[in-house]
Amino acid sequence: MELPLKGIIVLEFCQYLSGPSAGLRLADLGARVIKIERPEIGEAGRSLSIKNLWVGSDSLLFHTINRNKESYTANLKNAEELAAIKQLIKHAHIITHNFRPGVMEKSGLGYEAVKAINPGIIYAEVSGYGKNGPWKDLPGQDLLIQAISGLTYTTGNANQSPIPFGISIADMICGEHLVQGILASLIRKAKKGVGAHIEVSLLESLLDFQFELLTTYFASNKQPERSLINNGNPLLSAPYGIYQTKDGYIAIAMVNLLQLAEAIESDALAKAAVKNPFEYRDDIKQICADHLLTNTSQHWLNKLHAIDLWAIEVLDWQKLTTLPAYQQLQIEQVIAIDEQQKIITTRCPIRINGERLLSNKSAPLLGADTEKIKQEFQIA
Amino acid sequence: MKPLEDIVVLDFSQFLSGPSATLRLADMGATVIKIERPEGGDICRQLYVSDVMIEGESTIFHAINRNKQSYAADLKNPDDLAKIKLLLQQADVMLHNFRPGVIERLGLSYEVVKAINPGIVYAEISGYGSDGDWKHLPGQDLLLQSVSGLTWLTNNQNESPTPMGVSVADILAGAHISQAILAALYKKAISGQGSQVSVSMLESVMNFQFELITCFYNDGNELPVRSAVNNGNAYLQAPYGIYATQEGFLALAMGDIVQLGNILDCTALSAYTNAADWFTLRDEIKSHLADHLITKDAAYWLGKLQAAGYWAAKVFNYDQLTEHEGYKAINMELFVNTSNGLQIKTTRCPIKIDGEILLATKGAPLLGEHTDAINNKYLAQNEVLS
Repeated sequence: MELPLKGIIVLEFCQYLSGPSAGLRLADLGARVIKIERPEIGEAGRSLSIKNLWVGSDSLLFHTINRNKESYTANLKNAEELAAIKQLIKHAHIITHNFRPGVMEKSGLGYEAVKAINPGIIYAEVSGYGKNGPWKDLPGQDLLIQAISGLTYTTGNANQSPIPFGISIADMICGEHLVQGILASLIRKAKKGVGAHIEVSLLESLLDFQFELLTTYFASNKQPERSLINNGNPLLSAPYGIYQTKDGYIAIAMVNLLQLAEAIESDALAKAAVKNPFEYRDDIKQICADHLLTNTSQHWLNKLHAIDLWAIEVLDWQKLTTLPAYQQLQIEQVIAIDEQQKIITTRCPIRINGERLLSNKSAPLLGADTEKIKQEFQIA
Repeated sequence: MKPLEDIVVLDFSQFLSGPSATLRLADMGATVIKIERPEGGDICRQLYVSDVMIEGESTIFHAINRNKQSYAADLKNPDDLAKIKLLLQQADVMLHNFRPGVIERLGLSYEVVKAINPGIVYAEISGYGSDGDWKHLPGQDLLLQSVSGLTWLTNNQNESPTPMGVSVADILAGAHISQAILAALYKKAISGQGSQVSVSMLESVMNFQFELITCFYNDGNELPVRSAVNNGNAYLQAPYGIYATQEGFLALAMGDIVQLGNILDCTALSAYTNAADWFTLRDEIKSHLADHLITKDAAYWLGKLQAAGYWAAKVFNYDQLTEHEGYKAINMELFVNTSNGLQIKTTRCPIKIDGEILLATKGAPLLGEHTDAINNKYLAQNEVLS
């Protein structure tokens, strides 16, 4: 199958997660993504490891985010190397960067300068907080954006501190939005021949992510309230949440309380089920919590599934990855680093014409493709 | 000019995953027509998912479906199905999020639709993929968070598995299908070829965990261990997390522990000179910090941290956020009007194109509000209406 972005060239002036995760998606959809990196050090993500896991000189984290890309090194402060980059820009369709506002302009690669070199370019940038206002120069770091955006009051129970999401949600969601803006502009470019300037910020992306909660807040003028017992989503009524059983945990989503009471044989819940499930959310959830502790997860799931109530066992990765249903998805792919070393990572979540999008190309060594790219585009 | 202005999308999806994808397409200029059952419409109109209502429908429906049209059709009625097929001939995109097998039974499988319109981009969202043991399970957000391992990443180690309090599986699957649709529309624009594209919520949530689960895959399947004190990310060292102060909460991102001790005059931290200990002894270090930070208010600490360039922020709730000049400066709020004349405040599209924010003033449609207008526009010359 010919991938949809075959022939598209992306120059990625990005570091860490937000911009590079967007580049990874474009690469998996068929684009050729060239990371533009500082000589010697390269992208900062190369030296950022988690659990001290490394693949040669680069972190496993870098390999996860930057597989299926090429690397070109250039010192943007060196006039000759900058001139070479400008030559390369003539051949590119897309540029992405996630420097703080003003940095690319100082390098001579702001949107206006790049547009003058290549009028059809799609120039896409990520910032922390946009380019205006008192926050524009603050560091665009995931946890800090979560903290400012109100997100941490959605998760955990009402008697806990604000609880951040345990994944870099602002970076991830902003990367998704960057891809959307770029692809929409590519369609317009194919039809009208015009380029585009795309801007997203971590803060705006995280506010959009909370659009249901914020719209409800605007209409009610009331803060979202986490439930005291087993909070699942502050907008939702009892019993929505995760419950401990005798031997594990089960999740129960939106269900009819009377049906639930009957399924789990709880008289106390049957009595409470006539109450408003929003107003008496915690009382009702406490009754469920006490009752569900008395038997095993499988016992309850059998009863709930017998009448099609929405519930499931809470799994960890060890259990999940051993199940046939997980293995049938084939979400994992193997990347050969060299003849000795392989790593396992996830693939692109999109399928096209029924086919999974796989790529076994590993992340590039720093500058691995510089000479090849110079020759290919006849850059002096 | 918005980039998708000539694109017509027929959206058969319900709830959040599919509708959030078409909301993005609408905001970037596409015409999005919701195809809804005449009785009740999109289940999200009625399902009581928030106790705040606007015009008898949940605030959530209004947030997700602004800037769209509504066409009422009973797909089990042959006349209505024939009209839908005529609309599909003229559409660029079709999206649905029925469970596997349903759309085929309704007579609108990819094979059927492709025969009507070979260039169409046919997009599907499922819970767990269209084959495999779990294909018939309900694709519901909390349940996907729970099976995917995601709930073991948030909150402190001594707490139960904790779901994220926003429907993250729905929203990510929606983001991914919109990307798939856009990539396929690009291919169509340059080659005329249509495509079938699909995502599942489970694959989308696994992708969301890609940084961390790749560690798990390659490190002997060791499960994540959340920090016992103020967990921010199970894989990150001290001080990463949120701390209570005498007044308000403070978020501290990654940084040098000894330097942090100096900035905050927290002498207990000066002993941790070995950077490797910042991970292995993170709970001990974070406890020292927590004990110290509770003695003064957040503004006091933030002043010191920002002066030293250390990554920190005050934690806001929605009241504190929306009152701040920084929030006002990004102009995130949007007012839309329903055809009943009601004005609703919501948030806008987060993508800026050519220096402009993308605004739309049209509120969510009433059920079937545009059926006649769409018939007149797209089916007027056709005998089906005679």
